Amino acid sequence: MKKFFSAIFIVIMLLFVYMPILILAFYSFTTSANIGSVHGFSLQNYITLIENEELRSMIIGTVLLALVSAVFSTVLGTLGAIGSFYSGKTTKGIVNSLNQVPVVNADVVTGFSVCIAMVIVCNVEKSTFIPLIVGHIVLSAPFVYLSVVPKLKQMDSSLYEAACDLGATPGQALTKIVFPQIMPGIVSGFAMAITLSLDDYFIASYTKPATFDTISTYVVNATRGSQTEIKTALWALSTVMFVAVIVVVVIMNLSSRKKEGAKNAEI
Amino acid sequence: MKGLKFTRKQLCIPYLLFLLCFVALPLLVVIYYAFTNGDGQFTIKNFINFFTSPNTLGTLFYSFSIAIATTIVCLLLAYPIAYILARSKMKQKMVLVFMFVLPMWINFTLRITALKEILTLIEGNLAYYPFLNSIIGMTYDFLPFMILPMYTTLLKLDNSLLEAASDLGANSVQVFLKITLPLSVPGIISGVVMVFLPSMTNYVVLDMLYNSTYIMGSFIGSYFSAYDWHNGSMISLVLLAIIAIITLMTSKYTDENESRGGSLL
Repeated sequence: MKKFFSAIFIVIMLLFVYMPILILAFYSFTTSANIGSVHGFSLQNYITLIENEELRSMIIGTVLLALVSAVFSTVLGTLGAIGSFYSGKTTKGIVNSLNQVPVVNADVVTGFSVCIAMVIVCNVEKSTFIPLIVGHIVLSAPFVYLSVVPKLKQMDSSLYEAACDLGATPGQALTKIVFPQIMPGIVSGFAMAITLSLDDYFIASYTKPATFDTISTYVVNATRGSQTEIKTALWALSTVMFVAVIVVVVIMNLSSRKKEGAKNAEI
Repeated sequence: MKGLKFTRKQLCIPYLLFLLCFVALPLLVVIYYAFTNGDGQFTIKNFINFFTSPNTLGTLFYSFSIAIATTIVCLLLAYPIAYILARSKMKQKMVLVFMFVLPMWINFTLRITALKEILTLIEGNLAYYPFLNSIIGMTYDFLPFMILPMYTTLLKLDNSLLEAASDLGANSVQVFLKITLPLSVPGIISGVVMVFLPSMTNYVVLDMLYNSTYIMGSFIGSYFSAYDWHNGSMISLVLLAIIAIITLMTSKYTDENESRGGSLL
């Protein structure tokens, strides 16, 4: 009986989570402009999504922004984690606490403060994209840092010293010994940086150029507007994103399982 | 990299400089603006403005109520989910956990769009029940962030403790109240932190659902678009203070690596 109620509860909660997304996905394949009335099957929304210049450049721009800011975040955060891990107490303390600020801070405040400092005080033009990219690095790099540090703690510290004793330069020791060991942390940090950037609304709304939109700012503006064509094309976008996320999660899981399998086989 | 001379410690210089320039400095700028007026003179007028204006205080109160209600609803829904999943002996339960956490990786504005369509179909005009819809929207947005840390904590729960308790004569309610619940406090607290703060400031959910932005986060924006950096900074500062207090209060209990659901990847 207890098991039965547990199962019912889990199913209801899954319905709450997925119902809206799935219903929207269903209607994205129809010609109807509102949920509740079905007219007929159509791929028009998906065609609009590909052919509409505005939508296409907005999606490509968002993805490019996520990639660029994630690369910078990963490099900065990883090097910062390695550096601070081997630094003295003071430096480590400063980096750790500054790193924690964007993590706990509300994104609105992060975006506002970066915008005030860069755009109002330092006069960096928003149209250069620099405030936007910097804002997204501020958002993501701390999470890369946080996912690399535990891997450094797990690492056998004598390996690096052994490599140096055997004649490797610090650079070689780093690339041949340290990086392979902390790679899982770097990869998950990178993936997290991508998702944070794709999901962000608040930082972009303060730092983006006036003519540029990310998916989030575009969707928020579109809900205010009354263009049905755009509105239903966004249903298609939501469906595409949903499928993409499932595919990525499944692939990441399978590959990590494969690696585990390979490791077990070696032993 | 051959022949490049550096020590490991120096690797953190770029990141340290970055943090100083783009995290520490902006905060100092916000503090400076919060306590100055348009002529750059020191003033506590912005501070007094904030705590005497019924508008700001009302918004602060409303944001707090939304955040508290959202946190309670999320907690009541997420704890049983996390508990059932963590205690389940199902082989494929990781798939279920992933299903609950997966929406976290879909852009939240798109998810709210989906929710809005459904709610409109059910309720008609969403502006009739603003508070209720805010809570539904926020819960929809933040539920995964509450489930994940609680699931991780409950999964680590030592089964032998529960068995020992029931062997010693505790009934299942007592086992839950005396053993399971106290041991899941760290997960509950990191979940609460992760939901409470964003739901105080996430004005986009309200804006998208029923075109209202009567919540703390949007206040900064409205001052910002009126070119009033000083009052905007003061509100940021108040939010920062609230965040700092909550972080300090809870830092003993939480595991920093569980923040924003990173641990599952």
